[in-house]
Amino acid sequence: MTIWLDQDSVIVVQGMTGGEGMKHTRRMLASGARVVGGVNARKAGTTVDMDGTTLPVFGSVAEAMDETGANVSVGFVPPAFTKDSVIEAIDAEIPLTVVITEGMAVHDTAAFWAYAAGKKTRIVGPNCPGVISPGVSNAGIIPSDITKSGRLGLVSKSGTLTYQLMYELRDVGFTTCVGIGGDPVVGTTHIDCLEAFQADPDTDAIVMIGEIGGDAEERAAAYIAEHVTKPVVAYVAGFTAPEGKTMGHAGAIVSGSSGTAQAKKEALEAVDVRVGKTPSETALLVRDVLAG
Amino acid sequence: MDLFEYQAKQLFQKHGVPVSLGEVATTAAEAKAIAEGIGGVTVVKAQVKIGGRGKAGGVKVAKTSDDAESAAEAILGMDIRGHTVHRVLVDPGADIAQEFYVSYLLDRANRTFLAMASFEGGMEIERLAAERPDALAKVPVDAVVGVDLAKAREIATAAKFPDELVEPVAEVLVKLWDTFVAEDATLVEVNPLAQVGDGRVVALDGKVSLDNNASFRHPDHAALEDKAAADPLEAKAKEKHINYVKLDGEVGIIGNGAGLVMSTLDVVAYAGERHGGVRPANFLDIGGGASAEVMADGLDIILSDPAVRSVFVNVFGGITACDAVASGIVAALDMLGDEANKPLVVRLDGNNVEEGRRILTAANHPLVTMVDTMDGAADKAAELANAGA
Repeated sequence: MTIWLDQDSVIVVQGMTGGEGMKHTRRMLASGARVVGGVNARKAGTTVDMDGTTLPVFGSVAEAMDETGANVSVGFVPPAFTKDSVIEAIDAEIPLTVVITEGMAVHDTAAFWAYAAGKKTRIVGPNCPGVISPGVSNAGIIPSDITKSGRLGLVSKSGTLTYQLMYELRDVGFTTCVGIGGDPVVGTTHIDCLEAFQADPDTDAIVMIGEIGGDAEERAAAYIAEHVTKPVVAYVAGFTAPEGKTMGHAGAIVSGSSGTAQAKKEALEAVDVRVGKTPSETALLVRDVLAG
Repeated sequence: MDLFEYQAKQLFQKHGVPVSLGEVATTAAEAKAIAEGIGGVTVVKAQVKIGGRGKAGGVKVAKTSDDAESAAEAILGMDIRGHTVHRVLVDPGADIAQEFYVSYLLDRANRTFLAMASFEGGMEIERLAAERPDALAKVPVDAVVGVDLAKAREIATAAKFPDELVEPVAEVLVKLWDTFVAEDATLVEVNPLAQVGDGRVVALDGKVSLDNNASFRHPDHAALEDKAAADPLEAKAKEKHINYVKLDGEVGIIGNGAGLVMSTLDVVAYAGERHGGVRPANFLDIGGGASAEVMADGLDIILSDPAVRSVFVNVFGGITACDAVASGIVAALDMLGDEANKPLVVRLDGNNVEEGRRILTAANHPLVTMVDTMDGAADKAAELANAGA
């Protein structure tokens, strides 16, 4: 099994007709994902040719779900309109929406998160590369050809570090890799992924990638101590980041003494999670753990 | 973006939060003129984006305009915890009866907003939170529902304000929430909020952090930026829409993706421990695209940093394959010509890595060394930076 994204995943793309939407819809199709259409109220009723595949554009997520049976949406909507597009997906009760958009105002993210409480939609992102179950389905911008299907689960705040670890461990392979995003507020957390991987019988070990800012890794460590029996190997980026500077990701900032990489590493090691010093060392630790 | 106190209080004023606010001076003579205009007692306050200015001698009460002039003279140019004072705020003196604390902030852990308030003000909030946690109310605020008068009363009551103060403080809390939302702030803090002699409740100080990601709906926020204080290289990078943070080391860093670049800084710092203690000189993320032009802009910025002695280009070819990245590096070096004058260590991995390496080998650029692994490349870049000392 995989988590959240499987062979029955049917994907619609919000913002498919924009530049990024077009580019990555093509890539998702090329990787074998079942993308069945796009959503854009202003272009409803038109079609778009994607290298020979003709995709319809629907007026709303709800309409796309009715017409195609879609159960996943992936969003490339510009930041000014992302809040409304996520709320539209929540109102349509789509089971999974993946928000790729970078640069969302945090008030907008906090608003859609508050709106989602008690509703049926899992939100991944914003500012994330998406979710991939290699060889099965692909919702987002994660390259599909750098790894293969296997028995590791991966959760990460960072896109390229995800790719790096997927590639270093390409001979082992992954059930699902989830890029949860580097913003201060995200819809799916490390803990949500740990819980799902723990419950997935086909995932043997979990790779967790964190970075400076907030206390998500510390909270994940506390969760691991209580609930996770599968081996977890972690990597944390940003030991050299200065205090008070945002390092690329909106959420990657050390404020005073909180959010440091050192504190996260210590919290994880305190619950017997092995933490790699570099991405390559992390991959070696994973091999070590799998070898028992 | 953090604001100066005077900017914070100007935003408060715009949204109806009562403030005590004079004018800003950059010279002692200006401070004197402002104090004359206000008349009576004034307070001369250093404008720096760091706490602890009172203790550092950056806040002085002036009885006369001459006093204000000499206070400004003493404060302007002062160094407060690494921040030089370039301007002072001359505020009307306040007849303070009682001091309180109120703020709203983003609560990352709970993915919501938090109101914090205390009837006991006049103390650093970190100290109050540590020493008297019971005195500091923390009330979650639903991002959709917000703060109306009823919610504001709940916050004031939780903060143990006496009955007669709940209403006036609640009114301030509603206006402060309006400021927080309307300006897309991640923090608005009033410390102290004070009841003054005539009974009014007034913000005597203000701290505001704005969300840079929300600038698309706040064209006016650009004017709040302290351009003079920005690092010149960071300013140049910003113009080119490149994510760059200046650090104090010797190894220039270019990579794609924020996480990978942060990781690269760490790996270089570890390698530096074996090579004379060299450190990363910057954070620079060229993003997923990694076109030749972006690569050239990035290299140009890094090579303009006189502290840089070697450059480490660390790219994982995911969305952009390695052959395109390699062509980008070759083209960037062509564009820069003689300006490219420091050794480059390049590590490529991922999609089409063989072709990428072939392109770099064929170009045979005298400055470029290729290393296959990230750890190995970091070691080489640190070694070259140390040798170039």
